[in-house]
Amino acid sequence: MSAVDDPSIVIVGASLAGLRGAEALRDSGYTGPLTIVGDEPYRPYDRPPLSKHVLAGDLRAEATELPQLTAVRAQWRLGQAAVALDRAGRTIRLADDTVLPYRSLLVTTGARARPFPGAGAGLPGVHTIRGRDDAAALRSALAEKPRRVLIVGGGLIGCEAASCCRDLGLSVTLVDPNPTPLARVLGMLVGNSVAVRMKDAGVSFRPHTHVKAFESRNGKVARARLEDGGEIEADLVIVALGAERDARWLAKAGLLADGGGLTCDAACRAMTGEGAPDPHIYAAGDIARWPNPLFGDRLRTVEHWGNAVEQARHAARNMLAGRDDQKAYAHLPAFWSSQFDVNIKAIGSTEGADKIAIVHGSRTSGRFLAVYGRAGRTVAAVSFDEARWLPAYESQIACGAPFPPILDATDQAPIDHFSPGFPAPRLASESADTTERESIHA
Amino acid sequence: MPDDTLFSEVLDPRNRADPYPIYKKLREVPVSRQRDGAYVVSTHAAIRALLFDPRLSSEDLPPSRRPRTGNPLRDWILNPIKNRIATSHRPLIFRDPPDHDTLREFVMKEFTIHRVNGLHGRVGSLVDDLIERCRGRDEVCLVEDLSYPLPVAVICDLLGVPEKDEPQFQKWATQLATALEPDARHDEASRHATVAAFDEISSYMRKLIRRKRRHPADDMLSGLAKPGREGNPSMGDIDLISTAILLLVAGHETTVNLITNGMLTLLRHPDELKKLKADPERAPRLIEELLRYEPPVHFRTRKALGDIKIEGTTIPKGAPVILLFAAGGRDPARFSNPNRFFPDREDNQHFGFGGGLHYCVGAPLARIEAEVALVALCRRLVEPELMADPPPYRSGASLRGPESLGIRISGINR
Ligand SMILES: Cc1cc2nc3c(=O)[nH]c(=O)nc-3n(C[C@H](O)[C@H](O)[C@H](O)COP(=O)(O)OP(=O)(O)OC[C@H]3O[C@@H](n4cnc5c(N)ncnc54)[C@H](O)[C@@H]3O)c2cc1C
Ligand code: HEM
Repeated sequence: MSAVDDPSIVIVGASLAGLRGAEALRDSGYTGPLTIVGDEPYRPYDRPPLSKHVLAGDLRAEATELPQLTAVRAQWRLGQAAVALDRAGRTIRLADDTVLPYRSLLVTTGARARPFPGAGAGLPGVHTIRGRDDAAALRSALAEKPRRVLIVGGGLIGCEAASCCRDLGLSVTLVDPNPTPLARVLGMLVGNSVAVRMKDAGVSFRPHTHVKAFESRNGKVARARLEDGGEIEADLVIVALGAERDARWLAKAGLLADGGGLTCDAACRAMTGEGAPDPHIYAAGDIARWPNPLFGDRLRTVEHWGNAVEQARHAARNMLAGRDDQKAYAHLPAFWSSQFDVNIKAIGSTEGADKIAIVHGSRTSGRFLAVYGRAGRTVAAVSFDEARWLPAYESQIACGAPFPPILDATDQAPIDHFSPGFPAPRLASESADTTERESIHA
Repeated sequence: MPDDTLFSEVLDPRNRADPYPIYKKLREVPVSRQRDGAYVVSTHAAIRALLFDPRLSSEDLPPSRRPRTGNPLRDWILNPIKNRIATSHRPLIFRDPPDHDTLREFVMKEFTIHRVNGLHGRVGSLVDDLIERCRGRDEVCLVEDLSYPLPVAVICDLLGVPEKDEPQFQKWATQLATALEPDARHDEASRHATVAAFDEISSYMRKLIRRKRRHPADDMLSGLAKPGREGNPSMGDIDLISTAILLLVAGHETTVNLITNGMLTLLRHPDELKKLKADPERAPRLIEELLRYEPPVHFRTRKALGDIKIEGTTIPKGAPVILLFAAGGRDPARFSNPNRFFPDREDNQHFGFGGGLHYCVGAPLARIEAEVALVALCRRLVEPELMADPPPYRSGASLRGPESLGIRISGINR
């Protein structure tokens, strides 16, 4: 029996990937019943604005709902987490004990903010940003003009939050264990450009700094205690340590799932402990870890907006296709970020890059396009307000062109190569989560 | 073995009325080498990729694509605009980044939505006047009566050329436009006329700029001529002059073609004409479709600064690259039923205004002019009928459009 005639498809995770997957199923002619389960009480909404326009006060958190591009005609089970999966019986159980049978399941449960691992993570005044409620709470806390904001973690979300806080005129300190912001995402050479912008904007950036705990006064956060014994005063803390997943309900069902993601085969089908894909379970978005042919089939998650959309559409396509028509999903990661008056756009994967070249613009002007090389091939490019030629570099990355790929551009000065300056991978003891390096929104 | 002479067929005036079958053949090889060493790019995907490739230069029309007569003086005259300004002041359309960007930024700052939308009323009254002048006749010569005079008048208004000087401008525009045609037949007299027109308009502009500096008004030239703030120099005089001339030249023949092609296409699709008449709100979509289906600019030429691998071909360093926009617009891989004129088409991403860093600066203005003109023509011309199909075309293959378009009418509505 082909999947097209199947009576029921269930999607767990009612966010970007879940919605785009549902739309794709309808667009491809699936007319059967469709149920979408989400543990948040909201219809799917968009996360990127949460750390940008919402914090800045330009957009209300409620105004981030994603439009339905196609009517999905689904039964929505919102405010209900899926808590158990029975693969043999093909059912999932929800928090309220409802049992939903499925013929085909799409897992789009994404990720959540990695909580602060030390003491004091739960103190009032300590925030994270992943969901709409987080952003709304943080926004109203910021509107009360805290005297000192401390941001822990100089990844994309930490930097975006720092930028918004400065725009609001707040005093901001940002700490990170690395020498520059965005060091893990883009390397220290490019990270340094962000450090310069931060400094100009009046952010106090403290490199090489490890926070051990948060301490309170009158039941509210008052300071961060550092590993070296020092302290930083703060009446509002934003913890931006990247993302992790809660995949226990999947692991118990015998799928290869952990805090780093749910492992899939190239066709987006969930892998079981026995080493074979479950033909009835697919995954897409931040949760999915799959062998991307563009990375030599290394298992990776891609925690960006564009991937959630594309992979969900791809998974939906495979869900409706026959067993012998399962197509592999290849994806060139890409993300954007806006902070400190610069638009950052990146494409490809900087993982393991050993070379970088500024191919357009200059670091002194603050506008540039940099390309990354790994073992002689071009693997990534990042633009700081210089995105014009990004598409040309994108196709060079996609075809694995030698590094550096384009040497005869109209507006190129002679090109120098540098080391991108990626920090050494964390020691296993430091992080329980080996996917830290892969998580670009750290 | 792909045919490496197809592009010369494109240039052949005998194919002017319908070059699309040749484009179809060209698309079989998305990037195809021609016998003369030029590379013709004819699929949507390949054009798009190259528009966003930093190795394509607009700086210099490669010598192999310049009209050659064997007589250096004659060659010089045949490329009057380029040669006249190549050494001293090249306009931004023939420049690469970073210079291009600086100049373009100045222009964009002045080409505000506000200023362009402000021209709407003026375009309306110009169009009404021009149509009114045809009252009492039973035929309209569209090019002469409307398409040709309209854009020059509008650009004069935009730049802030005093109305009394406009007839002079019309003359220069005509002269410079014909000079742009690569394969135009120039006689001794017209050569001199072109050079003279160029010198005259340059010195006129110089004076006008001086005047605008003394008595700035709310027009584009005043804006461009504003003395720069410290550390933020405004354009030099020479660049100012060449920019002003560029706006005149780039916005003239192109707009003429859009309006004329538009009316021609509507007369060939009477249903669409009727629909537009009944519902002028259709105009924006219709114009986008026109820009895909019968674009005023069929191709633009670039030069490859390095070897470029694309679609299985390597364009070698130094080769001329012809971006055949009009063929991309008919690419069945991008547009369903590409040869059907269908204004309700979704996702109509045409190259009518080019793309990438040289994307047409005047696009919003051109859209307004075409919209106002076509809506008024449909509304006011009573029982319009084509007098000749196909109409005679001008010889240019890139700026392609009818030389004249006779329309029989039985009256003019108020
Ligand atoms: C603040 C912020 C800013 C960002 N900015 C950018 C950016 O600028 N550019 C960019 O490319 N990307 C950005 N991202 C990343 C992007 O938003 C994510 O990649 C995208 O949201 C992933 O979509 P998803 O549907 O896979 O997962 P998610 O959006 O994480 O959604 C998963 C959903 O599943 C729900 N769920 C989890 N477990 C269960 C369960 N057991 N039962 C039911 N429901 C469950 C979750 O509550 C959630 O609603 C940003 C992310 C954040 C948080
Ligand atoms: C229907 C009318 C028009 C069409 C079809 C058209 C088309 C185009 C195209 C295809 C280009 C790109 C050239 C290239 O890539 O080499 C271009 C550039 C340009 N156009 Fe237009 N144009 C029109 C009207 C106008 C008008 C009204 C103006 C000004 C008043 C104008 C000013 C320019 C300028 C200045 C450029 C150069 C931009 C640059 O190099 O950055 N155009 N146009």
